[in-house]
Amino acid sequence: MAKYSIQVNGTRHDVEALEDMPLLWVIRDIIGLKGTKFGCGKALCGACTVHLDDVAVRSCSLPVSAVGEGKITTIEGLSEKGDHPMQQAWENYVVPQCGYCQTGQIMNAVALLKSNPHPSDQQIEEAMQGNLCRCGTYNRIKAAIVSVASPEKAPALVVPERNHSSK
Amino acid sequence: MSEVLNSSRRNFLKAGAVLGSGLLISFTVPGAKKLAGAGGASMVGPQSGAAFAPNAYLHITADNQILVYLAHAEMGQGIWTTLSMMIADELDVDVNKMVVQHGDAWKPYNHTLFGIQITGGSSTTYSEFERYRKAGATARMLLVEAAAKKFGVSPSACTTANGIVTAGNKTATYGELASEAATLTAPADVPLKDPKDWKYIGKGVKRLDTPAKINGTAKFGMDVQFPGLLTATVLHAPVFGAKVKSVDAAKAKAIPGVKQVVQIPTGVAVLADNYWAAKKGRAALKVEWDLGSGVQVDSTAMMAKYKQLAKTPGAPAAKGGNVDTGMSKAVKTVEAVYTFPYLAHAPMEPLNVTIELKDGKCEIWCGTQMPGMDQDAAAKVLGLKPEQVRVNTVFLGGGFGRRATPASDFVKEAAEIVKASGKPLVKMVWAREDDVKGGFYRPAFVHNVKVGLNADGMPVAWSHNIVGQSIMEGTLFAAMIKDGIDAASVEGVADSPYLAAVPDKLVTLHSPKNEVPVLWWRSVGHTHTAMAMEAMIDELAHAVGKDPLAYRQELLKDHPRHLAALNLAAEKAGWGKPLAAGRFRGIAVHESFLSYVAHVVEISLNSDGTIKVHKVVSAIDCGLAVNPDGVRAQIESGINFGVSGALLGEISLEKGRVQQGNFNDYVVSRMFDTPAEIEVHIVENGGKMGGVGEPGVPPVAPAIANAYFSATGKRLRDLPFNKAILKA
Repeated sequence: MAKYSIQVNGTRHDVEALEDMPLLWVIRDIIGLKGTKFGCGKALCGACTVHLDDVAVRSCSLPVSAVGEGKITTIEGLSEKGDHPMQQAWENYVVPQCGYCQTGQIMNAVALLKSNPHPSDQQIEEAMQGNLCRCGTYNRIKAAIVSVASPEKAPALVVPERNHSSK
Repeated sequence: MSEVLNSSRRNFLKAGAVLGSGLLISFTVPGAKKLAGAGGASMVGPQSGAAFAPNAYLHITADNQILVYLAHAEMGQGIWTTLSMMIADELDVDVNKMVVQHGDAWKPYNHTLFGIQITGGSSTTYSEFERYRKAGATARMLLVEAAAKKFGVSPSACTTANGIVTAGNKTATYGELASEAATLTAPADVPLKDPKDWKYIGKGVKRLDTPAKINGTAKFGMDVQFPGLLTATVLHAPVFGAKVKSVDAAKAKAIPGVKQVVQIPTGVAVLADNYWAAKKGRAALKVEWDLGSGVQVDSTAMMAKYKQLAKTPGAPAAKGGNVDTGMSKAVKTVEAVYTFPYLAHAPMEPLNVTIELKDGKCEIWCGTQMPGMDQDAAAKVLGLKPEQVRVNTVFLGGGFGRRATPASDFVKEAAEIVKASGKPLVKMVWAREDDVKGGFYRPAFVHNVKVGLNADGMPVAWSHNIVGQSIMEGTLFAAMIKDGIDAASVEGVADSPYLAAVPDKLVTLHSPKNEVPVLWWRSVGHTHTAMAMEAMIDELAHAVGKDPLAYRQELLKDHPRHLAALNLAAEKAGWGKPLAAGRFRGIAVHESFLSYVAHVVEISLNSDGTIKVHKVVSAIDCGLAVNPDGVRAQIESGINFGVSGALLGEISLEKGRVQQGNFNDYVVSRMFDTPAEIEVHIVENGGKMGGVGEPGVPPVAPAIANAYFSATGKRLRDLPFNKAILKA
């Protein structure tokens, strides 16, 4: 066991952990933030994606000892009210089904646009290929990303409005 | 066999088809009552403390909260929203302001048709359409009555909207009326709204669970956490059915954070402060196994055996005339063998269960499709009565059938850990490898089909032998197997519309057994039967020089709902119109779970000859589409699930060992495998309601195989297709 001081969502956390403990389990089991998900444990599915200094990393395969002074952002730290433009796009296109992979999808998509604000369809597919979704929401994920990156190419919304009230 | 017998056989299979897919219609299940989560009887249901609790599905608090309790589990299919819409429309409240939660394991939540508490068979929406609307309508009637009393007017002078009752210039919120309404007696029956007055149903709303699922607050089983909770991993046997011979846990116990190592019937469990310590502890275990007979399972040899077996008839599942005579009179015959591997469900959330055992009471938190049976299973392991076990269903990170095991395998395993360790609070977590190697697969199947055609090119004799493990066999549902036929193995063939007009036919089934546990996988028997039927129909069309769409239209002329879906998909896809160079189309239509789905796919070939699907134009007839965007989402989902299974998916075994372990070798579709364009069209004909979660899957594989034939002149008959292409 060793002691680590890591910065998550702007807050410093002093944790004691095995040095090979992946960041994912520090975030989930020690710090207690559950929005970052465990899917495969081998960086094959992307459910555990967080940002390390604005770059998407698979936290299930990043030992806590490798984090150092890097700033970690999880889904809980992406926006105050769940209203980051990417989250709003996810809401607009009604992306999630079971929802388990979606926080990782959103974190990966946000990091993509930070490094490449206007990706082509092919660049989106390449950047998102490490994020699995067994519900098969890929088409809506892509539509949501396009709507943020290149609003003029945003696929038409065919989903109903959220705010209609009962008569 | 006479027509009468034939038709009753078909009817039985119709019921069986629904059953296989989701489970049984209760009147067909001997002993269903015993299975029905018996413990629920003496439990009290949701303890909301709400002032007005008119039924198990809807409570209203004095501060005007509308609480909805779901009889079914949300696993992505959208019923969190759909069931709430039904209540909101009758109750006249804003659906977005309802507080929705899963109901406990409790008898009032038993399936209205299947008699046990289950989410499956794509049946939630149609099976709850009356119960949930009535729950809302009854509450509204009592609230109006309470308001009328309060205002001193007659109920007919009151109107309702947005959770408020109004009469003239007097108003009261539902919350203000809740205590008074609670004193009134609900009428035995209440009228339901005229469909023209629906605000939500048929028009649709955005999913209510989206906000929680995009900000990280949605609670899945994996996210359950309590102070003092220990996390457990299990070292499972390397071979199905193997038993622990000896355990050396010294090194495991030396890992910091590991608290205990216990032997359980399914392996060896390591309990630790957190998952990482439990996983490291498991890796440090030295276990010797008594491998047993499971070591003999080899999927390649098994498929060779299945193919031999498929040459001979098994137990009859559907029969008419004399197939040998019919075949001898045919002017042309077409024969084909189709093979299907084992498939894992691989939901994104690995299986997990949290159990607390305290003061003779047990509480379970789990993403499950069958909470009642899990309740019974856990009670049995822990020596409790079912009513001493409370099951809290949390969001399911995907189900696809895996979280509905008649054996309650994962809940039972967690209970065994609690029992063996004596620890009061344990969360069992499976790694991805446990899931992929853990069995409960879609069974491997072989279909051997031979069809005789008359001079007009129409099928007049149909011989069809199916070989594959039974899903029901050895489970509490085994009583469903009639005369050697597990309906879940033959649904989609034995009741196929194509066979209805064939005078001489024989569909048979072999159900070999082995140690590999099998289970329903999204769309169950239809995962293979639709491929065998729709690929064969395409082969027949080409054998007699007819257009595949025109041939189907002719064969399905007495099946209007198949035809409507087929024609709509074909029209929207521009069937027959020229395509870009290198693009090819295929078509298929199939009924499952009481809905009718047709797909037209457009493919091209990659440089290595494998298939790339570019576009799918789909049409579904599910009767009333309660939430149309939800229907579209489910068909999109089914298409992607189908593409994944058709092109990529395979579980294989050598010397009893599953050869795949994670997403590197159990390959599932990624964004670049997904058809860039998916169009879903909903047939509106007011027909009987059907399901939408599964019916999008079955026609995918045959539509792709048929497109591949257009591209290459070659037939794909072995799944997964891309492997078959690379091997050829």
